[in-house]
Amino acid sequence: MIEQHLLLKRVDFIFVQDTDWEKILQKSIHRSRQELINELISSELKGRGGAGFPTGLKWKLTSEVQGNEKYVICNADEGEPGTFKDREILTRVPYKVLTAMAVCGYIVGASNGIIYLRGEYQFLEKPLNEAINEFSYFCKKINLDFTIKVFMGSGAYICGEETALFESLEGKRGEPRNKPPYPSVNGYRNKPTVINNVETLAHTYTIFKYGAKKFYDLGVQYSRGSKLFSVSGDTPKPGIYELELGMSLQDFVEEFGDGDTKAVQVGGASGFLVPRKKFSETAIGYQGKLIGISLPTGGSMMLFNSSRSMYNLLDNYLEFFREESCGQCTPCRIGCQQLLAGIKAVKKGDRPAPYLDKLLKLSETMQFTAKCGLGQSVANSFASIVENFREEMIY
Amino acid sequence: MDSLHNRIIALADLHGRTRESLLPILQGVVEYENYLSQRSMVEISRELDLPAAEVFGTATFYSFLEHRKMGKFTIRVCKTISCSMMGKNQIILAIKDMLKIDIGQTTQDGRFSLVETNCLGWCHKAPAMVINHEVYTELTPEKVREILSDYLKKEL
Repeated sequence: MIEQHLLLKRVDFIFVQDTDWEKILQKSIHRSRQELINELISSELKGRGGAGFPTGLKWKLTSEVQGNEKYVICNADEGEPGTFKDREILTRVPYKVLTAMAVCGYIVGASNGIIYLRGEYQFLEKPLNEAINEFSYFCKKINLDFTIKVFMGSGAYICGEETALFESLEGKRGEPRNKPPYPSVNGYRNKPTVINNVETLAHTYTIFKYGAKKFYDLGVQYSRGSKLFSVSGDTPKPGIYELELGMSLQDFVEEFGDGDTKAVQVGGASGFLVPRKKFSETAIGYQGKLIGISLPTGGSMMLFNSSRSMYNLLDNYLEFFREESCGQCTPCRIGCQQLLAGIKAVKKGDRPAPYLDKLLKLSETMQFTAKCGLGQSVANSFASIVENFREEMIY
Repeated sequence: MDSLHNRIIALADLHGRTRESLLPILQGVVEYENYLSQRSMVEISRELDLPAAEVFGTATFYSFLEHRKMGKFTIRVCKTISCSMMGKNQIILAIKDMLKIDIGQTTQDGRFSLVETNCLGWCHKAPAMVINHEVYTELTPEKVREILSDYLKKEL
């Protein structure tokens, strides 16, 4: 049992409308870069796209690299199944994201920002450009040299991977690069680049507005602040909710479940499926010294009730990965195909049940050998589903 | 000089002739002819001075840059988990039944194409689909029939 988890608590920072962005931008660019970086570092904000890299450190690293050509990129290629919060941020409070990008530009020494918007959200391009026009007008007024443009994606999940996103911006196939070098020294156009998820940028706005302490006071241990959760599936209240990090999955299910929740997928198709018996020992947050399991998430929370087949779930995920794998590295390209073919064969009875163990080995191999996060994380959902619902895979 | 050629030149003038302009130009051609014909890809490669294979390789990577001939309105129905759970199959059936086409096909008159797509980001309002870039959520077979009826009235 978790002894240190927090009770589920709704908070409201991100979607609060305010008219202060001009003031916050002006105030921030008159503070020293070091002071702003320290503020971010002490807030312990971590990347909200799912990977959880400390944001303050990310900005610090890029600010320390020599060079006059640097970039700030907002990753709005929100493609993880079950995630839809970034769309809502860009719809309702775009100026918070734009302000955060400009402050980041000031800190790291970049004068160009790009928002990479997924093709599925093309309807946002026009309103976003209007917001950018208004924003740019103000930047000129206060002599801040920072321009932002929107770049449209064209339907590729993998482009949410940061280096694949750079390739796509450069007019190429969205195939991830080898890391290192990391984007902070070698990113878009091989120049130092800060790339952050939409939500992460929106949180920095809150931090610059209220100070690090207000953010840090929320959350627990290594998981500070609040986070947007995209709730879908078998729930009476699907939607987007801002919650304090560190709650237990049990509390979450009590709040959002339909009374018959069998399992919750935390973190989308690339995340983990948690069965009912593990709800109370699972907390939502970044890895820490919490007693029990601690699961990070980009905010995707999908609930399934007892009418759902976990086999169908896995089949759907694997088909997704098979199609979205960029195909450049063999473990991911072949692995996704074989995992899908394998579970179908077991279900049909063409392969014996112990064949599932071979497939688990294969997913483990992918975790160690795939080039990027896509191939590496297939094992998360694969193992958590097969191990917890083995009988459903067979019969 | 025909209109496709002029369109490509206009797009190259607008976005520039560097490799970085390739995606916006490809997107612009799809807006124009609903897909990327082989001819358009060859013309783009000439205009940007890139090997045609590079243009083809890039274009075919992205699911919204169709390289098969498509209808004027491409219906993309989300098939990822939330939509699938909330009745995606009934939506597909209603569309197939009304338009007499299968997934991957285009109607005789070239008005509609039907494809399935991965997560559109509307899981809380599933099932969802997009027609070209217009989003439709919380679909039911009845609602889909109404939506398509409106599209049937549009000029080809």
